[in-house]
Amino acid sequence: LGRARPHDPASVLGAGVRGPLDRLDPRARVLGAVVWAVGVVALSDLAALAAAAALAAGLTVAAGVPCGALLRRVAALDGFLLAAVATLPFSTPGAPAAEVLGLTATREGLRLAAEIALTANAAALAAIALVGALDPVAFGRALGRLGAPPALAQLTAFALRYVDVLAQEGRRLRAAMKARGFRPGPDGRSLRAFGWLVGMTLVRALDRSDRILDAMKCRGYDGRAPAADGPPFGPADALFGAGVAAALVGLHAAQALR
Amino acid sequence: MHIVDGALANEVALAGAAMTAAGVAVGLRALTPERIPAAGVLSAAFFVSSLIHVPLGPVSAHLTLSGLAGLVLGWAAFPALFVGLTLQTAFLGFGGVTALGVNTLAMAGPAVAVWALCGRGAARGGPQAAALWGATAGALAIALGAVVVAGALALGGPAFRPAAALALAAHVPLMAVEAALTAAAVGLLRRVRPEALGAAAALFLPARARR
Repeated sequence: LGRARPHDPASVLGAGVRGPLDRLDPRARVLGAVVWAVGVVALSDLAALAAAAALAAGLTVAAGVPCGALLRRVAALDGFLLAAVATLPFSTPGAPAAEVLGLTATREGLRLAAEIALTANAAALAAIALVGALDPVAFGRALGRLGAPPALAQLTAFALRYVDVLAQEGRRLRAAMKARGFRPGPDGRSLRAFGWLVGMTLVRALDRSDRILDAMKCRGYDGRAPAADGPPFGPADALFGAGVAAALVGLHAAQALR
Repeated sequence: MHIVDGALANEVALAGAAMTAAGVAVGLRALTPERIPAAGVLSAAFFVSSLIHVPLGPVSAHLTLSGLAGLVLGWAAFPALFVGLTLQTAFLGFGGVTALGVNTLAMAGPAVAVWALCGRGAARGGPQAAALWGATAGALAIALGAVVVAGALALGGPAFRPAAALALAAHVPLMAVEAALTAAAVGLLRRVRPEALGAAAALFLPARARR
Protein backbone atom coordinates (compact mmCIF):
# COMPACT_ATOMS: atom_id res chain seq x y z
CA LEU A 1 0.00 0.00 0.00
CA GLY A 2 2.95 2.28 0.56
CA ARG A 3 3.49 2.52 -3.15
CA ALA A 4 -0.05 2.11 -4.40
CA ARG A 5 0.38 4.55 -7.27
CA PRO A 6 2.10 3.42 -10.44
CA HIS A 7 4.99 5.50 -11.66
CA ASP A 8 3.58 8.36 -13.72
CA PRO A 9 6.08 10.50 -15.60
CA ALA A 10 3.50 13.28 -15.96
CA SER A 11 2.92 13.33 -12.20
CA VAL A 12 2.72 16.87 -10.82
CA LEU A 13 4.60 16.07 -7.63
CA GLY A 14 6.97 13.45 -9.05
CA ALA A 15 6.70 9.82 -8.06
CA GLY A 16 9.58 9.59 -5.61
CA VAL A 17 13.22 8.92 -6.38
CA ARG A 18 14.74 5.48 -5.78
CA GLY A 19 18.04 5.95 -4.01
CA PRO A 20 20.17 5.30 -0.96
CA LEU A 21 17.97 7.59 1.16
CA ASP A 22 15.15 5.04 0.74
CA ARG A 23 16.60 3.21 3.74
CA LEU A 24 15.57 6.12 5.96
CA ASP A 25 12.16 6.39 7.60
CA PRO A 26 10.20 9.14 5.74
CA ARG A 27 9.55 10.70 9.15
CA ALA A 28 13.29 11.04 9.70
CA ARG A 29 13.64 12.73 6.31
CA VAL A 30 10.86 15.25 7.00
CA LEU A 31 12.19 16.02 10.48
CA GLY A 32 15.74 16.25 9.12
CA ALA A 33 14.71 18.79 6.46
CA VAL A 34 12.91 20.98 9.03
CA VAL A 35 15.71 20.83 11.63
CA TRP A 36 18.29 21.53 8.92
CA ALA A 37 16.33 24.55 7.64
CA VAL A 38 16.01 26.02 11.14
CA GLY A 39 19.70 25.40 11.86
CA VAL A 40 20.78 26.96 8.57
CA VAL A 41 18.55 30.03 9.01
CA ALA A 42 20.30 30.60 12.37
CA LEU A 43 23.71 30.81 10.61
CA SER A 44 25.01 34.17 9.41
CA ASP A 45 28.67 33.62 8.48
CA LEU A 46 29.05 33.49 4.68
CA ALA A 47 31.70 30.74 4.72
CA ALA A 48 29.60 28.56 7.02
CA LEU A 49 26.54 29.16 4.83
CA ALA A 50 28.50 28.29 1.68
CA ALA A 51 29.62 25.06 3.35
CA ALA A 52 26.00 24.33 4.32
CA ALA A 53 24.84 24.93 0.72
CA ALA A 54 27.61 22.64 -0.56
CA LEU A 55 26.58 19.91 1.91
CA ALA A 56 22.94 20.25 0.84
CA ALA A 57 23.93 20.09 -2.85
CA GLY A 58 25.92 16.93 -2.07
CA LEU A 59 22.79 15.49 -0.46
CA THR A 60 20.75 16.02 -3.64
CA VAL A 61 23.42 14.07 -5.56
CA ALA A 62 23.43 11.34 -2.90
CA ALA A 63 19.63 11.15 -3.05
CA GLY A 64 19.83 10.64 -6.83
CA VAL A 65 17.48 13.52 -7.70
CA PRO A 66 17.37 13.68 -11.53
CA CYS A 67 19.14 16.70 -13.00
CA GLY A 68 16.06 18.09 -14.79
CA ALA A 69 13.83 17.94 -11.73
CA LEU A 70 16.54 19.51 -9.61
CA LEU A 71 17.10 22.37 -12.07
CA ARG A 72 13.35 23.09 -12.34
CA ARG A 73 13.00 23.35 -8.57
CA VAL A 74 16.15 25.43 -8.11
CA ALA A 75 14.99 27.76 -10.91
CA ALA A 76 11.62 28.22 -9.19
CA LEU A 77 13.32 28.87 -5.88
CA ASP A 78 15.86 31.31 -7.24
CA GLY A 79 13.18 33.23 -9.13
CA PHE A 80 11.45 34.02 -5.82
CA LEU A 81 14.85 34.59 -4.24
CA LEU A 82 15.88 37.16 -6.84
CA ALA A 83 12.66 39.12 -6.29
CA ALA A 84 13.45 39.32 -2.57
CA VAL A 85 17.16 40.18 -2.63
CA ALA A 86 17.72 42.15 -5.88
CA THR A 87 17.14 45.51 -4.18
CA LEU A 88 19.12 44.78 -1.00
CA PRO A 89 22.63 45.78 -2.24
CA PHE A 90 21.29 49.24 -3.06
CA SER A 91 19.08 49.78 -0.02
CA THR A 92 21.50 48.76 2.76
CA PRO A 93 23.58 51.63 4.13
CA GLY A 94 27.35 51.07 4.17
CA ALA A 95 30.60 51.38 2.23
CA PRO A 96 30.08 51.79 -1.54
CA ALA A 97 31.27 48.78 -3.54
CA ALA A 98 29.98 49.23 -7.09
CA GLU A 99 27.84 51.47 -9.31
CA VAL A 100 25.05 49.98 -11.41
CA LEU A 101 22.93 52.30 -13.57
CA GLY A 102 23.62 55.22 -11.28
CA LEU A 103 22.72 53.26 -8.12
CA THR A 104 25.37 52.54 -5.52
CA ALA A 105 25.67 49.00 -4.20
CA THR A 106 27.22 48.72 -0.74
CA ARG A 107 29.48 45.98 0.60
CA GLU A 108 27.06 45.41 3.48
CA GLY A 109 24.14 45.14 1.07
CA LEU A 110 25.92 42.66 -1.17
CA ARG A 111 26.83 40.63 1.91
CA LEU A 112 23.21 40.57 3.10
CA ALA A 113 21.97 39.52 -0.35
CA ALA A 114 24.59 36.75 -0.49
CA GLU A 115 23.66 35.61 3.01
CA ILE A 116 19.98 35.24 2.10
CA ALA A 117 20.78 33.58 -1.22
CA LEU A 118 23.04 30.99 0.43
CA THR A 119 20.57 30.39 3.29
CA ALA A 120 17.63 29.89 0.95
CA ASN A 121 19.56 27.50 -1.29
CA ALA A 122 21.10 25.53 1.58
CA ALA A 123 17.69 25.00 3.20
CA ALA A 124 15.81 24.30 -0.04
CA LEU A 125 18.36 21.92 -1.59
CA ALA A 126 18.17 19.74 1.53
CA ALA A 127 14.36 19.87 1.42
CA ILE A 128 14.40 18.82 -2.25
CA ALA A 129 16.71 15.88 -1.49
CA LEU A 130 15.01 14.75 1.72
CA VAL A 131 11.32 15.52 1.14
CA GLY A 132 10.91 16.33 -2.57
CA ALA A 133 12.44 12.98 -3.54
CA LEU A 134 9.98 11.12 -1.31
CA ASP A 135 7.04 9.27 -2.76
CA PRO A 136 4.13 11.73 -2.13
CA VAL A 137 2.05 9.01 -0.48
CA ALA A 138 4.91 8.23 1.92
CA PHE A 139 5.13 11.94 2.70
CA GLY A 140 1.43 12.09 3.63
CA ARG A 141 1.74 9.03 5.89
CA ALA A 142 4.85 10.47 7.52
CA LEU A 143 2.96 13.67 8.41
CA GLY A 144 0.22 11.61 10.05
CA ARG A 145 2.71 9.53 12.02
CA LEU A 146 4.56 12.68 13.12
CA GLY A 147 1.49 13.76 15.03
CA ALA A 148 -0.36 16.02 12.57
CA PRO A 149 -4.07 16.32 13.58
CA PRO A 150 -6.01 13.39 12.03
CA ALA A 151 -8.23 15.70 9.97
CA LEU A 152 -5.18 17.48 8.54
CA ALA A 153 -3.51 14.15 7.75
CA GLN A 154 -6.68 12.98 5.96
CA LEU A 155 -6.90 16.26 4.07
CA THR A 156 -3.29 15.86 2.95
CA ALA A 157 -3.90 12.25 1.94
CA PHE A 158 -6.90 13.28 -0.21
CA ALA A 159 -5.00 16.17 -1.79
CA LEU A 160 -2.05 13.91 -2.62
CA ARG A 161 -4.31 11.21 -4.03
CA TYR A 162 -6.28 13.56 -6.29
CA VAL A 163 -3.65 16.07 -7.47
CA ASP A 164 -2.71 13.97 -10.47
CA VAL A 165 -6.30 12.89 -11.21
CA LEU A 166 -7.39 16.54 -11.34
CA ALA A 167 -4.30 17.58 -13.28
CA GLN A 168 -5.26 15.02 -15.94
CA GLU A 169 -8.83 16.31 -15.95
CA GLY A 170 -7.44 19.83 -16.34
CA ARG A 171 -5.34 18.69 -19.29
CA ARG A 172 -8.43 17.18 -20.94
CA LEU A 173 -10.33 20.45 -20.48
CA ARG A 174 -7.36 22.38 -21.92
CA ALA A 175 -7.19 20.00 -24.88
CA ALA A 176 -10.92 20.54 -25.46
CA MET A 177 -10.41 24.32 -25.41
CA LYS A 178 -7.50 24.07 -27.81
CA ALA A 179 -9.51 21.86 -30.16
CA ARG A 180 -12.09 24.67 -30.31
CA GLY A 181 -9.45 27.20 -31.28
CA PHE A 182 -8.57 28.74 -27.91
CA ARG A 183 -5.26 30.62 -27.98
CA PRO A 184 -4.34 32.17 -24.62
CA GLY A 185 -3.30 35.81 -24.76
CA PRO A 186 -3.20 38.74 -22.36
CA ASP A 187 -6.81 39.79 -22.93
CA GLY A 188 -10.14 39.67 -21.12
CA ARG A 189 -11.55 36.87 -23.28
CA SER A 190 -8.70 34.54 -22.34
CA LEU A 191 -9.03 35.39 -18.67
CA ARG A 192 -12.75 34.62 -18.78
CA ALA A 193 -12.01 31.32 -20.49
CA PHE A 194 -9.40 30.49 -17.84
CA GLY A 195 -11.93 31.42 -15.16
CA TRP A 196 -14.48 29.01 -16.65
CA LEU A 197 -11.74 26.38 -16.82
CA VAL A 198 -11.05 26.84 -13.11
CA GLY A 199 -14.78 26.87 -12.32
CA MET A 200 -15.35 23.66 -14.31
CA THR A 201 -12.38 22.03 -12.54
CA LEU A 202 -14.01 22.87 -9.22
CA VAL A 203 -17.43 21.58 -10.35
CA ARG A 204 -15.91 18.31 -11.43
CA ALA A 205 -13.87 18.10 -8.23
CA LEU A 206 -17.02 18.57 -6.12
CA ASP A 207 -18.89 15.89 -8.10
CA ARG A 208 -15.96 13.57 -7.67
CA SER A 209 -15.80 14.22 -3.93
CA ASP A 210 -19.51 13.27 -3.62
CA ARG A 211 -18.81 9.96 -5.34
CA ILE A 212 -15.76 9.40 -3.13
CA LEU A 213 -17.78 10.03 0.02
CA ASP A 214 -20.53 7.65 -1.14
CA ALA A 215 -17.97 4.97 -1.90
CA MET A 216 -16.31 5.48 1.46
CA LYS A 217 -19.63 5.30 3.33
CA CYS A 218 -20.33 2.03 1.51
CA ARG A 219 -17.19 0.71 3.14
CA GLY A 220 -18.11 1.90 6.62
CA TYR A 221 -16.40 5.30 6.80
CA ASP A 222 -17.35 7.07 10.02
CA GLY A 223 -14.86 9.93 9.96
CA ARG A 224 -11.95 7.96 11.30
CA ALA A 225 -9.06 6.85 9.16
CA PRO A 226 -7.08 3.81 10.21
CA ALA A 227 -4.03 4.97 12.16
CA ALA A 228 -0.99 5.06 9.94
CA ASP A 229 1.58 2.75 11.42
CA GLY A 230 4.86 1.37 10.22
CA PRO A 231 8.23 0.24 11.42
CA PRO A 232 9.87 2.27 14.21
CA PHE A 233 12.98 4.35 13.61
CA GLY A 234 15.97 2.11 12.81
CA PRO A 235 19.76 2.35 13.06
CA ALA A 236 19.97 4.13 9.68
CA ASP A 237 17.68 6.87 11.02
CA ALA A 238 19.84 7.24 14.15
CA LEU A 239 22.93 7.55 11.99
CA PHE A 240 21.20 10.13 9.76
CA GLY A 241 19.99 12.14 12.76
CA ALA A 242 23.49 12.13 14.23
CA GLY A 243 24.88 13.26 10.87
CA VAL A 244 22.46 16.20 10.61
CA ALA A 245 23.17 17.20 14.21
CA ALA A 246 26.94 16.90 13.75
CA ALA A 247 26.87 18.97 10.55
CA LEU A 248 24.83 21.75 12.21
CA VAL A 249 26.95 21.76 15.38
CA GLY A 250 30.11 21.83 13.25
CA LEU A 251 28.83 24.74 11.12
CA HIS A 252 27.79 26.76 14.16
CA ALA A 253 31.12 26.03 15.89
CA ALA A 254 33.01 27.13 12.77
CA GLN A 255 30.97 30.35 12.68
CA ALA A 256 31.66 31.03 16.37
CA LEU A 257 35.40 30.48 15.93
CA ARG A 258 35.79 32.87 12.99
CA MET B 1 4.72 35.46 -4.27
CA HIS B 2 6.45 33.05 -1.93
CA ILE B 3 9.08 34.13 0.62
CA VAL B 4 12.31 32.09 0.77
CA ASP B 5 14.28 30.88 3.80
CA GLY B 6 16.50 33.54 5.37
CA ALA B 7 14.58 36.58 4.08
CA LEU B 8 12.47 36.95 7.23
CA ALA B 9 13.44 38.09 10.71
CA ASN B 10 13.21 35.19 13.18
CA GLU B 11 10.42 36.85 15.16
CA VAL B 12 8.37 37.42 12.00
CA ALA B 13 8.79 33.80 10.88
CA LEU B 14 7.76 32.56 14.32
CA ALA B 15 4.77 34.90 14.56
CA GLY B 16 3.63 33.80 11.09
CA ALA B 17 3.93 30.15 12.06
CA ALA B 18 1.93 30.72 15.25
CA MET B 19 -0.85 32.58 13.42
CA THR B 20 -0.99 29.92 10.72
CA ALA B 21 -1.20 27.17 13.35
CA ALA B 22 -4.13 28.99 14.97
CA GLY B 23 -5.86 29.48 11.62
CA VAL B 24 -5.41 25.84 10.65
CA ALA B 25 -6.78 24.75 14.03
CA VAL B 26 -9.93 26.89 13.59
CA GLY B 27 -10.31 25.68 10.00
CA LEU B 28 -10.02 22.03 11.01
CA ARG B 29 -12.89 22.46 13.49
CA ALA B 30 -15.02 23.50 10.53
CA LEU B 31 -14.31 20.19 8.82
CA THR B 32 -16.82 17.52 9.74
CA PRO B 33 -15.87 14.00 8.60
CA GLU B 34 -18.53 14.37 5.89
CA ARG B 35 -16.73 17.37 4.41
CA ILE B 36 -13.15 16.06 4.51
CA PRO B 37 -13.31 14.38 1.07
CA ALA B 38 -14.74 17.56 -0.51
CA ALA B 39 -12.17 19.80 1.18
CA GLY B 40 -9.34 17.43 0.25
CA VAL B 41 -10.33 17.16 -3.41
CA LEU B 42 -10.90 20.94 -3.58
CA SER B 43 -7.50 21.48 -2.02
CA ALA B 44 -6.03 19.37 -4.84
CA ALA B 45 -8.13 21.33 -7.37
CA PHE B 46 -6.77 24.66 -6.11
CA PHE B 47 -3.26 23.27 -6.13
CA VAL B 48 -3.64 22.13 -9.75
CA SER B 49 -5.34 25.38 -10.84
CA SER B 50 -2.54 27.40 -9.28
CA LEU B 51 -0.19 25.68 -11.74
CA ILE B 52 -1.99 27.34 -14.69
CA HIS B 53 0.26 30.01 -16.13
CA VAL B 54 -1.55 33.06 -17.49
CA PRO B 55 0.31 35.14 -20.08
CA LEU B 56 0.83 38.72 -18.84
CA GLY B 57 2.59 40.57 -21.63
CA PRO B 58 6.21 39.45 -21.70
CA VAL B 59 5.99 37.30 -18.56
CA SER B 60 3.50 34.82 -17.20
CA ALA B 61 2.23 34.54 -13.67
CA HIS B 62 0.94 31.48 -11.89
CA LEU B 63 -2.49 31.82 -10.34
CA THR B 64 -3.13 32.02 -6.62
CA LEU B 65 -6.95 31.81 -6.50
CA SER B 66 -7.01 32.56 -2.78
CA GLY B 67 -10.20 34.62 -3.17
CA LEU B 68 -12.02 31.80 -4.94
CA ALA B 69 -10.75 29.29 -2.37
CA GLY B 70 -12.18 31.48 0.38
CA LEU B 71 -15.59 31.79 -1.32
CA VAL B 72 -15.89 28.03 -1.83
CA LEU B 73 -14.28 26.75 1.37
CA GLY B 74 -14.78 29.47 4.02
CA TRP B 75 -12.68 28.75 7.10
CA ALA B 76 -11.71 25.38 5.64
CA ALA B 77 -9.60 27.35 3.14
CA PHE B 78 -6.99 27.70 5.89
CA PRO B 79 -6.07 24.02 6.23
CA ALA B 80 -6.74 23.40 2.52
CA LEU B 81 -4.35 26.14 1.37
CA PHE B 82 -1.84 25.11 4.05
CA VAL B 83 -1.80 21.61 2.57
CA GLY B 84 -1.35 23.03 -0.94
CA LEU B 85 1.51 25.30 0.15
CA THR B 86 3.20 22.50 2.07
CA LEU B 87 3.17 20.40 -1.11
CA GLN B 88 4.50 23.36 -3.14
CA THR B 89 7.31 23.91 -0.65
CA ALA B 90 8.21 20.23 -0.36
CA PHE B 91 7.89 19.15 -3.98
CA LEU B 92 8.15 22.22 -6.21
CA GLY B 93 10.67 24.49 -4.47
CA PHE B 94 8.15 27.36 -4.03
CA GLY B 95 9.05 29.25 -0.85
CA GLY B 96 11.10 28.33 2.19
CA VAL B 97 10.55 25.73 4.90
CA THR B 98 10.87 28.24 7.73
CA ALA B 99 8.71 30.79 5.84
CA LEU B 100 5.79 28.35 5.41
CA GLY B 101 3.87 30.04 8.23
CA VAL B 102 4.05 33.52 6.70
CA ASN B 103 3.46 32.17 3.18
CA THR B 104 0.30 30.35 4.33
CA LEU B 105 -0.89 33.41 6.23
CA ALA B 106 -0.50 35.52 3.07
CA MET B 107 -2.85 33.23 1.13
CA ALA B 108 -5.24 31.75 3.67
CA GLY B 109 -5.74 34.86 5.80
CA PRO B 110 -7.06 36.88 2.84
CA ALA B 111 -9.12 33.88 1.69
CA VAL B 112 -11.01 33.78 5.00
CA ALA B 113 -11.27 37.59 5.08
CA VAL B 114 -12.86 37.86 1.61
CA TRP B 115 -15.19 34.99 2.44
CA ALA B 116 -16.40 36.95 5.46
CA LEU B 117 -16.81 40.10 3.33
CA CYS B 118 -18.07 38.78 -0.03
CA GLY B 119 -19.25 35.21 0.66
CA ARG B 120 -22.85 36.14 1.38
CA GLY B 121 -23.14 38.37 -1.68
CA ALA B 122 -21.63 35.77 -4.01
CA ALA B 123 -24.00 33.07 -2.73
CA ARG B 124 -27.21 35.10 -2.77
CA GLY B 125 -27.19 37.40 -5.81
CA GLY B 126 -27.87 36.50 -9.44
CA PRO B 127 -25.03 35.32 -11.69
CA GLN B 128 -24.05 38.92 -12.56
CA ALA B 129 -23.99 40.08 -8.96
CA ALA B 130 -22.13 36.92 -7.97
CA ALA B 131 -19.51 37.62 -10.64
CA LEU B 132 -19.12 41.17 -9.31
CA TRP B 133 -18.64 39.85 -5.77
CA GLY B 134 -16.20 37.33 -7.21
CA ALA B 135 -14.18 40.08 -8.88
CA THR B 136 -14.06 42.00 -5.61
CA ALA B 137 -13.01 38.90 -3.68
CA GLY B 138 -10.33 37.99 -6.23
CA ALA B 139 -8.75 41.44 -6.28
CA LEU B 140 -9.05 41.99 -2.54
CA ALA B 141 -7.50 38.64 -1.65
CA ILE B 142 -4.43 39.41 -3.77
CA ALA B 143 -4.16 42.93 -2.33
CA LEU B 144 -4.36 41.66 1.25
CA GLY B 145 -1.87 38.90 0.49
CA ALA B 146 0.54 41.45 -0.99
CA VAL B 147 0.21 43.55 2.16
CA VAL B 148 1.04 40.52 4.33
CA VAL B 149 4.09 39.61 2.19
CA ALA B 150 5.33 43.20 2.00
CA GLY B 151 4.70 43.79 5.69
CA ALA B 152 6.55 40.61 6.70
CA LEU B 153 9.53 41.63 4.54
CA ALA B 154 9.52 45.25 5.72
CA LEU B 155 9.60 44.15 9.36
CA GLY B 156 13.09 42.82 8.62
CA GLY B 157 14.46 46.37 8.66
CA PRO B 158 14.71 49.52 6.52
CA ALA B 159 16.96 47.74 3.99
CA PHE B 160 14.03 45.47 3.07
CA ARG B 161 11.61 48.32 2.34
CA PRO B 162 12.36 48.62 -1.40
CA ALA B 163 11.96 44.84 -1.75
CA ALA B 164 8.62 45.13 0.07
CA ALA B 165 7.54 48.00 -2.19
CA LEU B 166 8.53 45.95 -5.23
CA ALA B 167 6.47 43.01 -3.95
CA LEU B 168 3.46 45.33 -3.54
CA ALA B 169 3.84 46.77 -7.04
CA ALA B 170 4.26 43.33 -8.62
CA HIS B 171 0.88 42.27 -7.25
CA VAL B 172 -1.07 45.06 -8.98
CA PRO B 173 -1.32 43.38 -12.40
CA LEU B 174 -2.06 40.10 -10.61
CA MET B 175 -5.03 41.76 -8.90
CA ALA B 176 -6.58 42.54 -12.28
CA VAL B 177 -5.93 39.00 -13.55
CA GLU B 178 -7.37 37.31 -10.47
CA ALA B 179 -10.37 39.65 -10.38
CA ALA B 180 -11.34 38.78 -13.97
CA LEU B 181 -10.69 35.10 -13.44
CA THR B 182 -12.50 34.81 -10.12
CA ALA B 183 -15.47 36.75 -11.56
CA ALA B 184 -15.79 34.25 -14.42
CA ALA B 185 -15.33 31.23 -12.14
CA VAL B 186 -17.85 32.49 -9.56
CA GLY B 187 -20.33 33.42 -12.29
CA LEU B 188 -20.06 29.91 -13.68
CA LEU B 189 -20.41 28.27 -10.27
CA ARG B 190 -23.44 30.47 -9.51
CA ARG B 191 -25.13 29.24 -12.67
CA VAL B 192 -24.23 25.53 -12.76
CA ARG B 193 -23.53 24.69 -9.10
CA PRO B 194 -24.99 27.40 -6.84
CA GLU B 195 -24.74 25.20 -3.74
CA ALA B 196 -20.93 25.21 -4.11
CA LEU B 197 -20.89 28.88 -3.10
CA GLY B 198 -23.49 28.46 -0.37
CA ALA B 199 -21.58 25.45 0.91
CA ALA B 200 -18.98 27.58 2.60
CA ALA B 201 -21.62 29.47 4.54
CA ALA B 202 -23.69 26.46 5.46
CA LEU B 203 -21.21 23.66 5.89
CA PHE B 204 -17.74 24.97 6.58
CA LEU B 205 -18.60 27.17 9.55
CA PRO B 206 -16.84 26.23 12.78
CA ALA B 207 -18.96 23.66 14.60
CA ARG B 208 -20.03 26.02 17.40
CA ALA B 209 -21.28 28.76 15.08
CA ARG B 210 -23.35 26.29 13.08
CA ARG B 211 -25.43 25.21 16.06
